[in-house]
Amino acid sequence: MLVIEKLRKNFGARCAVNDISFSVGKGETVGLLGPNGAGKTTTIAMICGIAKADAGRVTLDGEAITPDSRALKQRVGLVPQDLALYEELSAWANIELFGGLYGITGPLLEQRGTTALQLVGLADRRREAIRNFSGGMKRRVNIACALLHDPDLIVLDEPTVGVDPQSRNAIFENIETLKRQGKTLIYTTHYMEEAERLCDRLVIMDRGEIVANDTIAGLYAQLPVRRDAVIELSGDGANDALIQELAARFGKQFQVQQRGAKLDDVFMRLTGHALRDASDTGESP
Amino acid sequence: MNGNAIAALIRNDIRLYLSDRRALVVGILVPILIAAFFGYVFGGLGSKKEAGKIPVAVVDEDQSAVSRAIVQDLLQDSMISLQPLARAAAEDKVRAGAIDAAVILPRGFGEQSTRALFTGENKSVIELLVDPSKATSAQVVQGLLAQHAMQQISKEAFGGAGGARTMDDFLGTLGEPKAGESADRTELRELLRSARRWNSRNAAGTANPATGTANNSAGAGLSIPYTVSSRDMTARNDIPYNGYAHSFAGMSVQFILFAGIDAGVLLLLLRGRGIWQRVRSAPLHKAQFLFARATATMLISLFMLTVVYAVAMLLFGVRIDGSLPGFIAIAIAFCLLNACFGLMLATLGKSAPTARGLATMAVLLLVMLGGAWVPSFVFPGWLQQLSRLSPARWAVDGFDGMTWRGLPFDAAVMPTVVLLGSALLCLAIAIWRFRWEE
Repeated sequence: MLVIEKLRKNFGARCAVNDISFSVGKGETVGLLGPNGAGKTTTIAMICGIAKADAGRVTLDGEAITPDSRALKQRVGLVPQDLALYEELSAWANIELFGGLYGITGPLLEQRGTTALQLVGLADRRREAIRNFSGGMKRRVNIACALLHDPDLIVLDEPTVGVDPQSRNAIFENIETLKRQGKTLIYTTHYMEEAERLCDRLVIMDRGEIVANDTIAGLYAQLPVRRDAVIELSGDGANDALIQELAARFGKQFQVQQRGAKLDDVFMRLTGHALRDASDTGESP
Repeated sequence: MNGNAIAALIRNDIRLYLSDRRALVVGILVPILIAAFFGYVFGGLGSKKEAGKIPVAVVDEDQSAVSRAIVQDLLQDSMISLQPLARAAAEDKVRAGAIDAAVILPRGFGEQSTRALFTGENKSVIELLVDPSKATSAQVVQGLLAQHAMQQISKEAFGGAGGARTMDDFLGTLGEPKAGESADRTELRELLRSARRWNSRNAAGTANPATGTANNSAGAGLSIPYTVSSRDMTARNDIPYNGYAHSFAGMSVQFILFAGIDAGVLLLLLRGRGIWQRVRSAPLHKAQFLFARATATMLISLFMLTVVYAVAMLLFGVRIDGSLPGFIAIAIAFCLLNACFGLMLATLGKSAPTARGLATMAVLLLVMLGGAWVPSFVFPGWLQQLSRLSPARWAVDGFDGMTWRGLPFDAAVMPTVVLLGSALLCLAIAIWRFRWEE
């Protein structure tokens, strides 16, 4: 569906993106990973027709995307890393603006806007000003605004930056819903566990170049991996006899590691999965 | 053309403007308050009303009949508020700015000035102490002093004892007629003798030789031989000049230009935000974007102008006594200029704070030159010519023309053309410099 061929972008003497090529199939979710300054955002800008490539091209179903290709832009939805919202205005006013930019008005806007806000769980807060929303709620409206024109390709540039675990989890669920709807997604993030959870394939960039492009399993396979057999025993002290028996059987090959749950697991266990939209805004839950 | 996108952008800009109620009220209230103040200072509801008296001191060191009469005349003059003071006190008050000027009538003033009227020699010197920041007041005082002094000195010369004494002295100097003396000397002697006889008759209150009737005005002195009837050339003879009409025009122009700066700075700020990315990722041409922004700013400017003038009409008696279509044409042209000025600012500015600072300075300069603060007719000639380069001058003059001057539509054509031309220039620069892609 999306093909990137020998794409290059320079800013003065600095080469931000250096002859990169990759493709994204229809319905696929591709993670674009890399450290700061790797060239992810510049690549996204060229994919979305915001920036003009110095060399190479981006094609969507065979047609080149440029800053002037308005018909193709109609098929792409961008969730920028910075919040693309007018905080002074209500969620619905933002929906009206960004829907209007794609020619969506009237009953169609009402239907699409309501659906998008329902997806992100904010349909009942549509009349409230964005400035009264929590960081997580703003991020979710940010996503909703990119869905109004029902794009085939959705580009999400670090959509979970600065949100609490509940909101992040809700955003993951929103993205998984979009995947189930068959949308093609490009997802950039610094968080490996997000990429692992959401992406079918990862393109890893560094210094403007692609250093890896594979499925998650393929990427793991590229590393020298020690084969470990892990026996998980739950309980506190009840299995000591079994551990001693195994140690006696395997000698130095047997190692005991007491690993508790990840801190994320503890946090989610203690605080639950429920979204905190009301309490975030200072209202009583 | 994506009309829905343009409509969405325009609606959004207007929503943003209306969303900050406090800024909205302040943005409209401030020009009204300042215009009300300037309007009151520069004439209020009528040029003949509320004129402040100029505070002046007089120091009469002569204490002669002439000097006392001049002081009396000045005390009764409606243009000044006179305080008789000692010299030291007068100097202190002028220096402190408590009074605008002080007139010092020196010792011997009455006699010297009466004599100098005939001889032109040994003129007495009146000192005028002035506050240098009140140059206009000093000119008014000089004029009044010349009028009252001339009247009293001539009265003394042709009706007072001092005048008779001076003429006797002068006749004594000329002596009796001699054979072979010059014709000029003979005629001067005759003139003085005639004047002396006239003086005696005036002192006795007898007939007026010109009319043959009783001379009730004998000894009134020389007064200005005409009176001036001034008439305000406003829209209609029965409508006096309304100072608020000019001040509301000026302040509307100034604060709408400030709103133009805000629109430009908002666009500059937008460039650093995610909204900018999302807008540019939409199927929108830069011309549509610029058109939408310009239209929104123009509509906001028109809204501000309408509200400010509505208040001016309801509370301050401002009327569109000229052409209403002319007023509307100038208003639209000016608001369009403001919108294009905002766009130009956004494309030329490197950063929001720098752009705001430079644009504020430029606007203040333009409106000062444009006569928004004080009417441009008080400027020196060269500055009046220079001020015609300022679109603000054309806007203010245009609004003046359509309000209190009561001019027809023809008078609105030139200001409208100049404002539209300036708008096109700003728009051309904005389009040339606008960076849509990165």
